[in-house]
Amino acid sequence: MARTVWDSTLGKKTVMAVSGLIMLLYLVVHMIGNLKIFFGAGEFDHYAHWLRTVGEPFMHYEWTLWLVRIVLVAAVVAHAVSAYQLSRRDIRARPSKYVHKRPRASYATRTMRWGGVILGLFIVWHILDLTTGTVHPGFRPGHPYQNVVDTFSTWYGNVIYIVAMLALGLHVRHGFWSAAQTLGAGSRTRDRALKTVADVLALLLTAGFIAVPVGVMTGVVS
Amino acid sequence: MKLTLRVWRQKNADADGAMSTYEVDGISPDMSFLEMLDTLNEELILHGEDPVAFDHDCREGICGACSLVINGDAHGPERTTTCQLHMRSFEDGDTIDIEPWRASAFPVIKDLVVDRSAFDRIIQAGGYITAPTGAAPEAHATPVPKPDADFAFEHAECIGCGACVAACPNGAAMLFTSAKINHLNVLPQGAPERETRVLDMVAQMDEEGFGGCTLTGECATACPKGIPLMSITGMNKEWLRATRKVSKR
Ligand code: HEM
Ligand code: SF4
Ligand code: FES
Repeated sequence: MARTVWDSTLGKKTVMAVSGLIMLLYLVVHMIGNLKIFFGAGEFDHYAHWLRTVGEPFMHYEWTLWLVRIVLVAAVVAHAVSAYQLSRRDIRARPSKYVHKRPRASYATRTMRWGGVILGLFIVWHILDLTTGTVHPGFRPGHPYQNVVDTFSTWYGNVIYIVAMLALGLHVRHGFWSAAQTLGAGSRTRDRALKTVADVLALLLTAGFIAVPVGVMTGVVS
Repeated sequence: MKLTLRVWRQKNADADGAMSTYEVDGISPDMSFLEMLDTLNEELILHGEDPVAFDHDCREGICGACSLVINGDAHGPERTTTCQLHMRSFEDGDTIDIEPWRASAFPVIKDLVVDRSAFDRIIQAGGYITAPTGAAPEAHATPVPKPDADFAFEHAECIGCGACVAACPNGAAMLFTSAKINHLNVLPQGAPERETRVLDMVAQMDEEGFGGCTLTGECATACPKGIPLMSITGMNKEWLRATRKVSKR
């Protein structure tokens, strides 16, 4: 069964939709959490500490956080692998181009692929920067507020982050609506509502995430 | 009208093709696009040249045989079949590019003719109902609710031309396959094979080397019969339902 699903174009697309929606749900929560930075180092660092103690005493220290991390890594890998395999297949199915070029409405597709690659690279950089601190000079574990301020005090930190968040907005805009179609949840009567939700989600996520570097750049957060 | 045509010429499936330029004169705006090509071919034959091969049959927009990508658009600038496209959609002096459907599942046979038998095999995989042969059954023997009949009819309009594949940047056959599945799966006559139909037709579609759907909507824009993009959503829903049902057996 799992084999037939994975072998089918529709099955891979379903994997992509489900993993995409899992990441989307996480990003909404993550974005709201990030906004605590506007309430000072105390509240933000306390929130970051709480993330490690969620579920106690049932869960041990950091268990919940690791559970979320495992689900997210699985989602990223499943999403990227199915995106890669489907894209390869699509290119093979249409090897020769038309001589007469005309503007195609495939803007969404192209930004989905390149946007996806940008997001993938961003995810790696983001973890090395603010989780492990590997690429973060002067990283202080347990002091996320200071680390965030440091990152957004560099020009490249701001550029990488803002570009990635714009890519995220575009990706979510087409992705959320696409996932609804892939999962068979779209319909003619529901189409406008789905597109509106996709636009609102994309806008809120992008604006919410970008608010943090803008806050640091303008000195509201320091 | 006087026109410059740039036409894809290819001797056979193995030969390399290229665009060749021809001038045609004395074209009436009331001619169909295919009649315009007939005029070109008559002239080519007069000059002892090989006429341009292209597919056509009914010439009234119902059989799905005609094809051609005209100036980058499957079936040309109007939302209709190439046989129903008229030269009044062009201007005197225009240069028109004419190419075959492009998809690896639709290899070129000669010039503008491509092999669309992949569609036949998708139909053979499940695009039918099992019914006893003999005289037609009494029309009211199996009641069909009006909305279902309308839905089935909307999808039954697909003539299997392949414009959806030609227009899709991924060479996908999702719109064609979904039209067939939705047409039969909504009807009581199609119910006995409801699950196997969608699973087998989708598997055959993949087998033929068509691409996947990225929901760009080029197919539905090109479709001369107005099969809606949502048809693919319906197919996805049927496929997920069938996968769940079959896995429980
Ligand atoms: C690892 C980085 C990523 C890559 C390489 C990637 C790539 C892709 C590609 C190629 C598609 C298909 C586009 C199409 O069908 O036109 C897609 C769809 C999608 N992506 Fe991503 N993406 C990535 C990250 C994300 C993230 C972080 C999210 C969370 C918001 C996300 C959510 C979605 C959704 C919801 C879909 C729609 C699935 C569907 O078409 O049914 N993706 N992604
Ligand atoms: S769905 Fe439309 S474009 Fe595709 S084969 Fe059927 S009639 Fe032609
Ligand atoms: S020739 Fe039959 S549809 Fe065009």
